[in-house]
Amino acid sequence: MHAENEVSFRDAAAEALLDPQLRANFRRAMDGLMSKRRAQFPDPGDLQELRDLSTAIRTRSLLALPDLLEQFEAKATRNGIQVHWAETCEQANELILGILRSKGARTLVKGKSMVSEEMHLNDFLERHGIEALESDLGEYIIQLDGETPSHIIMPAIHKNKGQIARQFSQKIKDAKYTEDVDELTAMARKVLRQKFLEADAGLSGVNFAVAETGTLCLVENEGNGRMSTHVPPLHIAVMGLEKVVATLEDVAPLYAILTRSATGQAVSTYFNLITAPRGAEEKDGPREVHLVILDNGRSRIYADPGLRATLRCIRCGACMNHCPVYTRVGGHAYEAVYPGPIGKILTPQMEGVGVRHDLLHGSSLCGACAEVCPVEIPIPEILVRLRREATHDDVGSNVAGRGTGHTAIEDWTWRLWAMVLKHPALYRIATWFATRFGNLLPARAPLLRNWTRSRTKPVPARRSLQERLRAEGGPHV
Amino acid sequence: MEEVYFYATCLVDLFYPDAGMAGIQLLRQAGVRVVFPEGQTCCGQPAFNCGYWEEARDVARTQVALFPRDLPVVLPSGSCAGMMKVHYPELFHGQPDEAQVRAFSARVYELTQFLVEVLDVRLKDLGEPVKVTWHSSCHAVRDLGLNGEPQALIGQLSNVELSPLAREQECCGFGGTFSVRQPEISGAMSCDKAADAESTGASVLLSTDGGCLLNVNGTLEAKRSPLRVQHIAEFLWERTRAR
Repeated sequence: MHAENEVSFRDAAAEALLDPQLRANFRRAMDGLMSKRRAQFPDPGDLQELRDLSTAIRTRSLLALPDLLEQFEAKATRNGIQVHWAETCEQANELILGILRSKGARTLVKGKSMVSEEMHLNDFLERHGIEALESDLGEYIIQLDGETPSHIIMPAIHKNKGQIARQFSQKIKDAKYTEDVDELTAMARKVLRQKFLEADAGLSGVNFAVAETGTLCLVENEGNGRMSTHVPPLHIAVMGLEKVVATLEDVAPLYAILTRSATGQAVSTYFNLITAPRGAEEKDGPREVHLVILDNGRSRIYADPGLRATLRCIRCGACMNHCPVYTRVGGHAYEAVYPGPIGKILTPQMEGVGVRHDLLHGSSLCGACAEVCPVEIPIPEILVRLRREATHDDVGSNVAGRGTGHTAIEDWTWRLWAMVLKHPALYRIATWFATRFGNLLPARAPLLRNWTRSRTKPVPARRSLQERLRAEGGPHV
Repeated sequence: MEEVYFYATCLVDLFYPDAGMAGIQLLRQAGVRVVFPEGQTCCGQPAFNCGYWEEARDVARTQVALFPRDLPVVLPSGSCAGMMKVHYPELFHGQPDEAQVRAFSARVYELTQFLVEVLDVRLKDLGEPVKVTWHSSCHAVRDLGLNGEPQALIGQLSNVELSPLAREQECCGFGGTFSVRQPEISGAMSCDKAADAESTGASVLLSTDGGCLLNVNGTLEAKRSPLRVQHIAEFLWERTRAR
């Protein structure tokens, strides 16, 4: 049985592969990111030590998650941050709309937030008459074109400077055509500066929430995060419920491995610690700070010990940068908020393993992602587990859409496969036929034609190894 | 080490029997008696990777049963060795025969790993000068943890020059069923791998794994490249056998 509304990664990827400009943009960008990351970790021993520590911190934080969330909420509330909980994206959107309306806010300036992408917040607010403007340069670029991010930390990485130059010259008032990166940045900056000053509210994501102090940590490079959370009178932060850690001490190693894994930076240009709204004697900062904590399927992932590692993710994007599939097709082909390897395990768990089994099979299981993951998420292992969930509803799990991502043909193929391979006599007959007649299969035969799109036909040997060993009285027992 | 089991794998059995023969000969040349149990089929990896664990277990059980004695099990494949060594314990987790399977998994080695780590072989090159390149199979490196053993063996051959790929550890695009489920992406990866191999100037690409070899070979043939592929076992045996 197959789920309805299936999405096809294969089709979207095939289309992306036909765009040489896109492929060149991604390959160049990912090569740069890989080499910058490598330069940050010259000593494999040091890297492994930091990974071990980071993995331990995230694992320990998740183990104590319910307690840490409670502790965090109590502390943040005492600090004056208003904490809200949302089970679904719809609830989170309504909450934010309610907060904005209660303040009469009509314009919102946004720092980068993948959770807000998950919620499709911009569209929602626009439908309700509120302007939401992205202030991260990459997000700003794609918002101008009505696009979605193609990478979780470099949302406009699919574009090169020529494409951005054309776009700016057409869409920004009085802008001239230039491919000078500094000039392009200055153009966006000019627009955004004004918006920061005028906006009624600012929105941001959260990289880490610290339970012991009730602090929100925000990692960024452009200062737009600080402007969004600091200048407007109202700041709303959104985060997934997995983001909390116990202590400030826990943040240091996670921060160190995050920036190095993500962009190959030893530190980011900005690191914001937001603990409270503007105090009585303070001259700046927002008068109100709200935090919306989103579930959106995370509790269900959390409840499964075999899948919980998915939530260790600190959203560095290293898995994308090192993925041979992502590098070739780019982020949009995944038709998901989170692309790349982490998206391949996260999206099906959120949207259902049946409707998104296309993503589960969009991997060669090469393991490059797990090799670089700073918190050692076993992505290939989880992919295989989810393939099992997609094809079986009797695993005893609570995975969304379990048992809805397979066909009867598939089931029977594997049954037949097992039948032949667990009976050596049948295997012997099968290999006898394959060695004698395998070459007679037409290159256009089903499945084989997928192979021969870019390759010659695989030709079985004239005699199998086992047949030769038997004939030569080989080393059998 | 006096005796080992040899597990051919289905790809070597069907597509690269010479590599299987060569693997056995290399072990014998190193003074090891090789036992090849009848009844070998497949490690079960394709079904395991596709989520059909019951079917994979059924097949894996019949294979484990062929290797009852406490001897090393040597495979001319990093991917199948990775399946048996790393993923069998996962596949049999909570099963009544988990302990036996774990004991079996602990005895599994990939061929070059066994030649270097356990036998510490010294190879004498008897071949003509040749330039080769090396493709690391993903599962050999990242599942099994192979760490330069095949290259070390190639390095022992005095007349062989190893010209590395620019992206040696990048997937060739095979990925088992991936190659037919995602033919466009897989094909793009394979073409890049083939181009990388061609630009090394080598005349032959070597690897530990039949899957990668089938894939890269098919791609090179489709573009009528003079570059050929060969299984590492076959290459090592050809160059060191006394004639």
